[in-house]
Amino acid sequence: MDSSYTILILLIPIFTFFLLGFNFKRIKEPTSGIIGTALIGTTALISYFTAFQYFTGAMKGAIVDGVYQKVYTMNTVWIEFSDTLHIDMGILIDPITAMMLIVVPTISLMANMYSIGYMHGESGYTRFFAYLSLFTFSMLGLVLSTNIFMIYIFWEMVGVSSYLLIGYYYNKPSAVLAAKKAFIVTRFADFGFLMGILMLGYYGGSWDFKVLSDLGFIESLQQAYGAVFMGLSVITWALILIFMGGAGKSAMFPLHIWLPDAMEGPTPVSALIHAATMVVAGVFLVARLFGLFHFMDDGAALTVVAYVGALSTLFAAIIAFTQHDIKRVLAFSTMSQIGYMMLALGVSGYSGHDGLGFMASMFHLFTHAMFKALLFLGAGSIIHAVHSNYMQDMGGLRKYMPITHITFLIAALAISGVPPLAGFWSKDEILVAALHDNTLIFAVGYIVAGMTAFYMFRLYFRIFWWNEPNYKHTPHESTNTMTIPLIVLAVMTIVSGFIPFHNLVTADGAHIETHIDWATAGASVAVGLVGILIAMFMYKKENTISKRFRSGFGNFYEAAFAKFYIDELYMFVTKKIIFAKISAPSAWFDRNVVDASMNGVGNGTVWIAEKIKGLQSGKVQDYAMFFISGVVVIAMLFWFFI
Amino acid sequence: MILGVSIYEILTLSTIIFFIGVYGFVTRKNLIGMLMAVELILNSTALNFVAINKYLYPDLIEGGIFSLFIIAIAAAETALALAIIINLYRLVMSLNTDNLETMKN
Amino acid sequence: MDILSLFVIVPVLTVIALMFTKGQNNYRVVTAIGSGVQLIMAFNLLYQFLAIREAGNTDTMVFMQDYMWFKSMNIHYAIGVDGISVLMIMLTSIIVLAGTFISWKVDDLAKEFFIFLIILAAGVYGFFISIDLFTMFVFYEIAVIPMYLLIGLWGSGPREYSAMKLTLMLMGASALLLVAIFGLYFNSNVDGGALTFNIFEISQVNIPVEAQKLFFPLAFIGFAVIGALFPFHTWSPDGHASAPTAVSMLHAGVLMKLGGYGVFRIAMFLMPEGAHYWSEFFMILAVIGVAYGAIAAVSQTDLKYINAYSSVSHLGMVLLALLMMNEVAWRGAMLQSLSHGFITSLFFALIGIVYGRTHTRDIAKMGGLMTIMPIIGTLYVIAGMANLGLPGFSGFAAEMNIFVGAFQHPDMFHRIITIIAVSAIVTTAVYMLRLVGKIMMGPVMEEYKHLPAITWYEKAGTFVLVLFSMLIGIFPFFWSDIIDEAIKPFIQGILSV
Repeated sequence: MDSSYTILILLIPIFTFFLLGFNFKRIKEPTSGIIGTALIGTTALISYFTAFQYFTGAMKGAIVDGVYQKVYTMNTVWIEFSDTLHIDMGILIDPITAMMLIVVPTISLMANMYSIGYMHGESGYTRFFAYLSLFTFSMLGLVLSTNIFMIYIFWEMVGVSSYLLIGYYYNKPSAVLAAKKAFIVTRFADFGFLMGILMLGYYGGSWDFKVLSDLGFIESLQQAYGAVFMGLSVITWALILIFMGGAGKSAMFPLHIWLPDAMEGPTPVSALIHAATMVVAGVFLVARLFGLFHFMDDGAALTVVAYVGALSTLFAAIIAFTQHDIKRVLAFSTMSQIGYMMLALGVSGYSGHDGLGFMASMFHLFTHAMFKALLFLGAGSIIHAVHSNYMQDMGGLRKYMPITHITFLIAALAISGVPPLAGFWSKDEILVAALHDNTLIFAVGYIVAGMTAFYMFRLYFRIFWWNEPNYKHTPHESTNTMTIPLIVLAVMTIVSGFIPFHNLVTADGAHIETHIDWATAGASVAVGLVGILIAMFMYKKENTISKRFRSGFGNFYEAAFAKFYIDELYMFVTKKIIFAKISAPSAWFDRNVVDASMNGVGNGTVWIAEKIKGLQSGKVQDYAMFFISGVVVIAMLFWFFI
Repeated sequence: MILGVSIYEILTLSTIIFFIGVYGFVTRKNLIGMLMAVELILNSTALNFVAINKYLYPDLIEGGIFSLFIIAIAAAETALALAIIINLYRLVMSLNTDNLETMKN
Repeated sequence: MDILSLFVIVPVLTVIALMFTKGQNNYRVVTAIGSGVQLIMAFNLLYQFLAIREAGNTDTMVFMQDYMWFKSMNIHYAIGVDGISVLMIMLTSIIVLAGTFISWKVDDLAKEFFIFLIILAAGVYGFFISIDLFTMFVFYEIAVIPMYLLIGLWGSGPREYSAMKLTLMLMGASALLLVAIFGLYFNSNVDGGALTFNIFEISQVNIPVEAQKLFFPLAFIGFAVIGALFPFHTWSPDGHASAPTAVSMLHAGVLMKLGGYGVFRIAMFLMPEGAHYWSEFFMILAVIGVAYGAIAAVSQTDLKYINAYSSVSHLGMVLLALLMMNEVAWRGAMLQSLSHGFITSLFFALIGIVYGRTHTRDIAKMGGLMTIMPIIGTLYVIAGMANLGLPGFSGFAAEMNIFVGAFQHPDMFHRIITIIAVSAIVTTAVYMLRLVGKIMMGPVMEEYKHLPAITWYEKAGTFVLVLFSMLIGIFPFFWSDIIDEAIKPFIQGILSV
């Protein structure tokens, strides 16, 4: 079957965007929500069909000798720089793309459907759905890219969609600031990304993924470029810079500061963009270039990925302990889980059983998208009911919101790695892979598994148990359009762990054999349960244990609560150094030195004119005087020189 | 040709008269004074013509004729200038050049 | 009458028609018709040009005409266009029309205003079609002089000061340029033959290297001042701040392009050795312009100043790309010229629209305008995004060409220059988002609650600019093909040095 229908995956969302965007005054609530949901639903169906075709091998060229291939369903030159170097626009389908073709439209569809109810009565209702479509378009474009420059293009587009959606409540100063921060921080990371792409293009000679993932090509690069700086080759440096872009989008330490603030956006946006899809773009990017990352300089760049991932996962988990805003807890949890995926990629080998980390990372990406979106949508449902983001205003909600309660519990269990839910399977694979490669990283992963269980159940118990505060309005369960997505995602959370990922998504496209490593699995479940039990002990009923813990940790708690002052550091650098010490002086310099010297030339001319104006007095006697002086001078000259 | 007096003495005399005239023209503020200074300049020139004619080309007379012209024109010019000066004096009651700058504005 | 001279004649006819027109409403209608005709002509030209290329004509310049003007000095009225001039003419015609719409409400001496606007356009068209140095210079001056009157009479703020400054700096540059032109002229017979102003005849001559080293900087600075080269950019913030909206649009959108165009068409084409000799020096100035314009824009508070500094930054990129001297960078430079033309004039149009309503350009005094004027706000956000190089708009395609071109020099000097230039994408994002965040978003201010919505002529003026920015951004290959083919004959001299 001809696969050019895949273009529809991109065309429908962008059409939706223009349809809703151009008519944002004419199309009213709830029509726009329904249009958006229906069209994204269509996109989702086509995407599922594509993924199905690909995985079953029905797509032409998808499987050769039992190995999944990269399939270009279309590819045209967009900007040509030289014969080998050009930016193409096309559609690439391979296992990770096909997987993302399930994740992105699913979550997007759920977010759209959920928003029909959630955004009820907002003034920019239609605008919201237009933005969601724009984001879906950009994200799908990103995952379908055939070359790294195309990824960069859609990378910027998702950045802008994210900016627009975070700043959706644009009359709220904090939302505007958060949007700006998100865009600028990721833009800064993209500066590295772009430099990396340029380096890769110049030294590597191609941006095309088929070329870049070709092992022979990687081998030739390995031969061609020796160490240039700090013992690493120029290609490795390019990869590290590219990873900087990925770290920016995926909120890895130290470029994570925008993610917590991004929670200013409406909750479906947080679920879609800042939990399930856009933030995993960095993971996707590393996975895309996995061959290069793994083979160049024996995986030096990949080691960077592993350690950045490990640091971020631990760092975020600690902060998540202390936050009171439930969306922020989830944001740090997201950062932590993405760090998990990064470290899994970092410890992975390329083929066979060594490639377990890659597979596990993708698996976790998939399952995480489901349960984290569920958690966010659940949080949105809660926020909708109690009109607050803070735990202090919540408690005992299990009685009022049964569906939200059950689905939230399922997601929390899944993220804590309780079998047989999705999180258990993917997390277990990650820990096995880490154990094979690097004990330190395994230790971090193991501890974080326990911490995750603790802070998630702190959240759960604090929201649904604890003591009831005095609710002004009695909370009630949300409308159907909001609860259906919760149920769908809960089902996905339960079943997605059983998807045979090891047969579908691997680094080299071939199947790998996996088996449950019961020792590791048992240990990870145990640590998860310990976390849950501690949380239950501390938060099930109202008590003062957590207060005592808090004062026990003292300064450390304060530091963690303030997110280890990283924001303050950035603020100091940007406001005090870049604004005050560079920008303002530049502007001053421009006015008072450059411009003044230009004006000085003009004023100098005027000044000289003023001075010599007196010569033109109109008096015959003066003129005679000048004339005679001139004669005398010339006479003198003749006298002395001739 | 005056015995015992070479052309140099006469030329020196005319130069001195010329520069007295120039000095007077530049420094005098009074119009009559300036006019007199101009007369001095013209006279020194006339003197030069006569002297050079007499000493260098005794058989020619163009220098003498030129001097006559100069004297005639100087007389005419003086007459004209005096007429203007008298009119100016009637108008501004002063002959000082500094006070006569009304036309400049 | 040939197809190119019409571009000078139609504006002249428009001016004559305006002189005999009476009635406030008729002036703008006549102007709109005149610029509409120009727009149609420009697209007809593009169409004819593509058709003639399609038919297999590979001449460097097409539609050439040559009339003797001053026989004794061998000055010709020589005209002809290649792909780049055609695109520049198209840009001009679009911005002139958009500017006419944006100036719909000029009431004060409207007739004279439109007359000068059209004269300015005529000068620009003439500049783009000339292939004789002298004719080109004449048209250049025709374009610069009306600017003085337009700013001095219809401007705001310290308009006389700004007009004077702008004109004097540009005149100073013209003086240098004139010296360079005569330098070329008097060296045009070193291989025998007659002295000539025709650039193609001069390009056949081997101008002595010493002369090139002497005259290249004069020609370069002469053109680069109007392209806002650091440190000769200071006329730009003041000039733009004082100029009326349509004039800012034309000036930033079109006139500043004469700089890059002139450097490309004359300075580098005729003096390749000089270009190589001086490239590193000017590259440093250009990259300072890029980084410094962006950084200085961060702490400005006046809308027009922000945009003026942004122009310094973006046009620094054009000069930088030209100095990189390879095909990709040059294509980027030309795309950037076009792109900046559309985007910055869109910006100035929007600033004019906002200023016309709020009567302030101080960003600290505005806020929440998006709620009151959603379409203007949206356009503003679009303009901001286009300006910071979002894919899908023209700026992205242009900048990527420049960066890739710049990256083709592997030595340390060029690498550092490139990195500084690329870092401007971050700074640009900072000041654009700060701007958009301050004036469009945030709480609604009480005093602006009753501002009127966008009018039809403002829509017409701005939509066409957005449209073209997107056309370049989404279909860069169409434009690059035209540009590439036009660059080839011009870059050969440079590449072979």
